Amino acid sequence: MELQAMGEAYGKSSKHFRRRVVICAGTGCMANGAMKVFEALRKEAGDHGISLDIELDFEETRDRDGLLTKSGCQGFCQMGPLLSIEPDGILYCKVRPTDVAEIVSQTLLDGKAVERLLYPHPTTGKPCRGRHEIPFYALQQRTVLKSCGSLDPEDIREYLSQGGYRSAAKAYLEMQPDAVCGEILASGLRGRGGGGFPTGRKWEMARVQPGPKKYIVCNGDEGDPGAFMDRSVMEGNPHAVIEGMMIAARAIGADEGYVYVRAEYPLAVARVRRAAADAEKLGLLGDDLFGTGMGFRVHVMEGAGAFVCGEETALLASIEGQRGMPMPKPPFPAQCGLFGKPTIINNVETLASVPLILAQGAAAFKETGTPASPGTKTFALTGHVANTGLIEVPFGTSLRHIVYEVGGGVTGKDGRISEAGFKAVQIGGPSGGCLTREHLDLPMDFDNLTSIGAMVGSGGLVVMNQETCMVQVAKFFMQFTQNESCGKCVPCREGTRQMLALLDDITEGRATEETLPLLEMLARNVKVGALCGLGKTAPNPVLSTLKHFRDEYEAHVHRKVCPSRVCKALMTPAIEASLCKGCTLCARKCPVGAIIGERKTAHQIDPGKCIRCGACVDACKFNAITGA
Amino acid sequence: MDATAKVAQEAGRRFEKVIQILDGHNRDRTRLVPILQAVQEEYRYLPEEVMTLVATSLGISPAKVYGVATFYSHFALQPKGKYVIRVCDGTACHVKGSQDLVDALQGKLGLGGSRKTTADMMFTLETVSCLGACGLAPAMVVNEDVHGQVGPDQACEILEGIRQQEGM
Repeated sequence: MELQAMGEAYGKSSKHFRRRVVICAGTGCMANGAMKVFEALRKEAGDHGISLDIELDFEETRDRDGLLTKSGCQGFCQMGPLLSIEPDGILYCKVRPTDVAEIVSQTLLDGKAVERLLYPHPTTGKPCRGRHEIPFYALQQRTVLKSCGSLDPEDIREYLSQGGYRSAAKAYLEMQPDAVCGEILASGLRGRGGGGFPTGRKWEMARVQPGPKKYIVCNGDEGDPGAFMDRSVMEGNPHAVIEGMMIAARAIGADEGYVYVRAEYPLAVARVRRAAADAEKLGLLGDDLFGTGMGFRVHVMEGAGAFVCGEETALLASIEGQRGMPMPKPPFPAQCGLFGKPTIINNVETLASVPLILAQGAAAFKETGTPASPGTKTFALTGHVANTGLIEVPFGTSLRHIVYEVGGGVTGKDGRISEAGFKAVQIGGPSGGCLTREHLDLPMDFDNLTSIGAMVGSGGLVVMNQETCMVQVAKFFMQFTQNESCGKCVPCREGTRQMLALLDDITEGRATEETLPLLEMLARNVKVGALCGLGKTAPNPVLSTLKHFRDEYEAHVHRKVCPSRVCKALMTPAIEASLCKGCTLCARKCPVGAIIGERKTAHQIDPGKCIRCGACVDACKFNAITGA
Repeated sequence: MDATAKVAQEAGRRFEKVIQILDGHNRDRTRLVPILQAVQEEYRYLPEEVMTLVATSLGISPAKVYGVATFYSHFALQPKGKYVIRVCDGTACHVKGSQDLVDALQGKLGLGGSRKTTADMMFTLETVSCLGACGLAPAMVVNEDVHGQVGPDQACEILEGIRQQEGM
């Protein structure tokens, strides 16, 4: 077959290279100057007589020095720009253009590693040579993300050389639609976008719908604050998403598809567009797929900044050129979706998993994860944790493993690892909830998380240390959902507004005995009454923090104290005279002139004038001003 | 040529690009969102008369176009400054102090409340819900350039850098 030949040719010509240098060109590394490193490396290598090709030449058969390529996000964003060198198995972190000379002279010429650019092991401090020695990578199980960060997302031939589009070929040439649905159903794959609905069941629902016109939509409108796995997959392996869509199209009999990508992700938009165009050029997309006479075309559409468009029906309205407002279900999109036709909407990660399942078989897929939640899940690990970035672990992995082993531990205010620092992990963004110390050993899967009032959601994991006020966290999410509510249904439009007002009362010291019961009742009503997923899950952060950190809420309400000393309105700064050196810095920073005192003598704060802004607490270099 | 004709010709030239955009999308009303995006790219906001033109050309009411334009946060009905500074306020950035960045920049630019653009039309300051660069929290974007792990001081430095470049 032609495609296979092309893939093999690529594989063969890439063997002519003595070395392969891969620079991470994910958003994080790009922001830190990855492209400057790329250019510097090309130039420096040339000056030393090493030719670094940046494109494969199929005709070329003699041995070449090296191939320099870009990759999608390698996940270890905090350590970027990342640069890996194969076959030496070296991974360099935080590479600057000024490091390039040393990399060329030591590694490319002499084959030795530049030690100061290696990642130091977090406990032993020993430099780790490559990924297999870095706990952040070694402790993960990367399957969906496996090729993100190693293959060049802008070269379809490389995807082909790794077996790409063979699952799609299998689906079109060797399988009937019901068999494709059956295989996905048997694999137990559940939607990675949040709810965890079985993908095979969804497909089956659309497959049995009559009519020649059906659609596949890829939901790349990842709007959850704190989650970026879809972005990484779209940037790092866009062909896997397109191939997943082709297989879904075969399963339900669709001939047209849309990838709806957030406009905040310009790089993802560009790479998916390029992937679709390249696939079409090779005839992988178009009117005649694999010579079967069946057609499938993909359009790429940019979102316009509305979180609610992550909701299936709202997303469809947006593609149709309307305001992105949700519709009541049923009818489900699988029955009556885009332009009134049966439509399947799947998340990016779900679709990227599909080719893997067809390649390895449902049974092999089920070997990973838990019985009810098979496979792996990517999480965006962020917040107060040593190693932030994108990780992938099997379902059923404990939070302890993720935070302490993969994540390397919780960090304090100064950025150092603090043993006692862990307070909570917020999971699933504005739809999710909090996990606390008692959940550290809970195997994380769809059902276990739902049972404790949280959810996998999009997979954002925000680690929070002791200095985080949980009421403020709840308020942050409530502010978010209130801003993003489309306003169609009253429980969401007005309910979130009132909840936010009650949370404001709590953090600003106006709360009474009635505030908490009222907040709780309102939260339950919004949960039941709202029209779509955005409203139904909006109260989760409030309910979950109320459940696990009620004492913190009560301290705010009854004692008018913020135990984490975050809520400025509840703090009355006071100067500890014995520590005050009379440097006058606080008096100068105070915007209302509430601090009085002579130079070199202890200062005082006038509580009548003080607006509790906390500027003095931040200003004092001697920790003489306390907030409570 | 009298003044009115000149204005008319100027307006015609301005609308030419809009017509091209509309034609590029086959005047398909389901393509309204991408059409508005392209228009906004051209003008850097959505002028009222352009929205009316789009509505008429697509055969839908101006109210509908206005409804869509106001629904999505990417569409601006007011002109923006030459440099649009967007501070990420996603969860990770928020817990790592993105508010301090906003406060610092607001102070430097003399913005606050509903005022998001400086009077000289140089800077617009906004927050966005998440840039998906959480590993770099707190993050900010100036036009297309992403800056990661930014503290309030660095944010002000970046601002000063632009001001110097502009000779301000």
